[in-house]
Amino acid sequence: MILGAIYAIWVPKLVAAIISMGVIGFGLALAFMFLGAPDLAIVQVVVETFSLIILLAAIIKTSPKDTGDEKRPLRFTLYIGSIIFIATFLILFIRISRFLPAFGYPNLRMSADYISSGLSKTGAANLVAAIILNLRGYDTLGEATVLFTAVVGLIVVLRKIGRKK
Amino acid sequence: MIIKWIYVLPIILFLIALLGVLVKRNLIKIIISLTIMEYATFLFFALIGYRKGGMPPIEVEGVKSTIFVDPLPQALVLTAIVIGLATTSLLVAIAVRIYQKYGTFDIEKIKKLKG
Amino acid sequence: MSEIVRTVSKVFSPLIFLFGMYITIHGHLTPGGGFAGGIILAGAIILGILANGSGETRLLYKKNLSSVSEFSGILLFLVLASLGLVISGMFFFNFIGKGISFTIFSAGIIPLCNIGIAFEVGGAVSTIVLMLILFRKEEK
Repeated sequence: MILGAIYAIWVPKLVAAIISMGVIGFGLALAFMFLGAPDLAIVQVVVETFSLIILLAAIIKTSPKDTGDEKRPLRFTLYIGSIIFIATFLILFIRISRFLPAFGYPNLRMSADYISSGLSKTGAANLVAAIILNLRGYDTLGEATVLFTAVVGLIVVLRKIGRKK
Repeated sequence: MIIKWIYVLPIILFLIALLGVLVKRNLIKIIISLTIMEYATFLFFALIGYRKGGMPPIEVEGVKSTIFVDPLPQALVLTAIVIGLATTSLLVAIAVRIYQKYGTFDIEKIKKLKG
Repeated sequence: MSEIVRTVSKVFSPLIFLFGMYITIHGHLTPGGGFAGGIILAGAIILGILANGSGETRLLYKKNLSSVSEFSGILLFLVLASLGLVISGMFFFNFIGKGISFTIFSAGIIPLCNIGIAFEVGGAVSTIVLMLILFRKEEK
C-alpha cells in the first residue's frame, strides 16, 4: 500500500492517480477482513467506489486543459522544511511506540463490559451494531448530523447563480 | 530499543500523504492525499484492536465464551469512514467551483489571480 | 451508453435495492447494519443514473426525492430517540424490550434505528452524486 501511495501522489496524470487510490482502498478492505472486521470491510468497499465516482465526476465536469502538473521550478525551502518536519514526527513516534500494547494482546479495559454483557443488555447478536446504536448512541447521532450538514453545504455551494426573470 | 514495526507502517503511509498535501500544487492531488491520510488512520485503529486468535465480534447461537476481537475501535472507524466520504464530497464541490471561477486547478496561479 | 448496458442495469437495479434492504434489516444479526445497507441502496439508484446518461436524468429528475428521503431518515432517528426520553427519564432509552435473541424481532429499538439510518445515508449519498452530475457549466 505504501508503494501505491507513492505512485498516486507523484504520477503526472490525474486519472492514473485516482485509479491507484482505488487500489489502496481495496487493499485496506482486504486488511480489514484479515483483522477480523467484516462490518468495516463492507462499508469501506462501497464508500471507496463512491469516492472514485465523485472524484471522476469532478474531472469530467470541469475538463481542464492540462490533466496534470507542468514542469515548474522546485521550491527548495518548502521541500526541506516539510522533510524536516516529517522526520521529526517519525522519530518521535518511534520513541513513543514502546508504550503501545503488543500486537495481538489489546488493552481491553473499556471493552470488557461490552463483550461480556452486550448480548444480555441489548439482545443484539452483532456487538458492533449494539455499541453504535445502543451503548454509544450519541456518536451515531453526531455522525448523522455531520453527514446531513455536509450535504446541505454541498447544495449551497453548487447552486445555480442567477434569478428567474 | 525495540521498534514495533507493525505499528510504524501506517504512520509511514500517513506521513507520505502529509508530504503530498504540503508539497503538491494540483488541487485534486491534494484531495487524494487527504483521503490517503484518512485511510492510514483507519488502518492504525484496526491494528490496535486486533486480538490473537480472536473471532469477529458477532455472537453465534449456542456457542458461548469465544475470544472476540475488540469491538470498540471498529465502532469508531465505522463512523469515521462515512464522515470521510462527506468531507471528500464537500472538498470536491468546492474544487469544482474554484475551477469555474479561476479556470485552473493550480494553487500557485490561484494565489496570483485573486479574482 | 449502449442498449445492453441499459437493459442489464434495469434488471440489476431492483436486485441491488433488495440486497441493501436485506443487509439493513438483518443489521443486528449479521455484519452490516444501517450504514452499509444505506449506501448499497444509494448504489442501486446511481447505477440507474450512470447507465442512462446525464441528459435523460435531467429530464427524469423530478421533485427532489432524494432530499426528502434524507430528511425523513434523520427525522425518524430523532423521533425514536426522543420517544425514549419521553417514556422514561433517559435519552435513547430502549423502550420496546428485548425479544428472543437471534430472531429478527429482537433487540428493541435497534432495527428501527437501522432503517432510519439507512434512509438517511442512502438519501445523502444519492443527493451528492445527483448534484455533481446535474451541475451545468454556468456563465455568470
